Amino acid sequence: MILENIISYIVLPLLGLSLFFVFVRILIGPSIEDRIIALDVLTSIGIAFLSVYSVQSNNPLFLDIGIILGIISFLSTVAFSHYLERKSKKC
Amino acid sequence: MLELIVGTLLICGAVFVLLSSIGLIRMPDLFMRMSSTTKAVTLGVGFILIGSAVFFNETGITARAFVIILFLFITAPIGAHMIGRAAYFDKVPLWKETKTDELKGKYNENDHRLNS
Repeated sequence: MILENIISYIVLPLLGLSLFFVFVRILIGPSIEDRIIALDVLTSIGIAFLSVYSVQSNNPLFLDIGIILGIISFLSTVAFSHYLERKSKKC
Repeated sequence: MLELIVGTLLICGAVFVLLSSIGLIRMPDLFMRMSSTTKAVTLGVGFILIGSAVFFNETGITARAFVIILFLFITAPIGAHMIGRAAYFDKVPLWKETKTDELKGKYNENDHRLNS
């Protein structure tokens, strides 16, 4: 009972507020690297959200989705930065 | 008692994630933003995953949570290194009060090799 109140009134609002800040950085980011970093952080907060939701709904199946989200986030970051660096190479 | 431990871990993780997102929006420079997010988000997500592992108290769930934590701890520095390298070669501007730029002039501009 205490845990449900803690999750509903403290943890989920804090995570939602941080999602909002990250989304603002995606909107106003001056360079494209800022947006890539913000996207990476967005996926990490998504993993945290899934974990908290699995505690709240007492269903541990959501943790598997966290593994896949982590892999996809890492691959997308590496691919984006690889192509950005190749763009700035001259030869 | 278990609920209090899990709640404390979850609140710690959420506060770390919130602090790093405030750093992401307030820091003046791309590299400072990167140093704020890479460290604090990993720590916060690790706290939250440990909290859920303590809550479920089964071997399989704990193994999954530790796999996610290990994966984040391995991949966050690699991703930050590659993004920072791409951003430096892409000439993203540094903060206007930056004192020293130790990499300046020490690499080949054409094929991105260090002159060491």
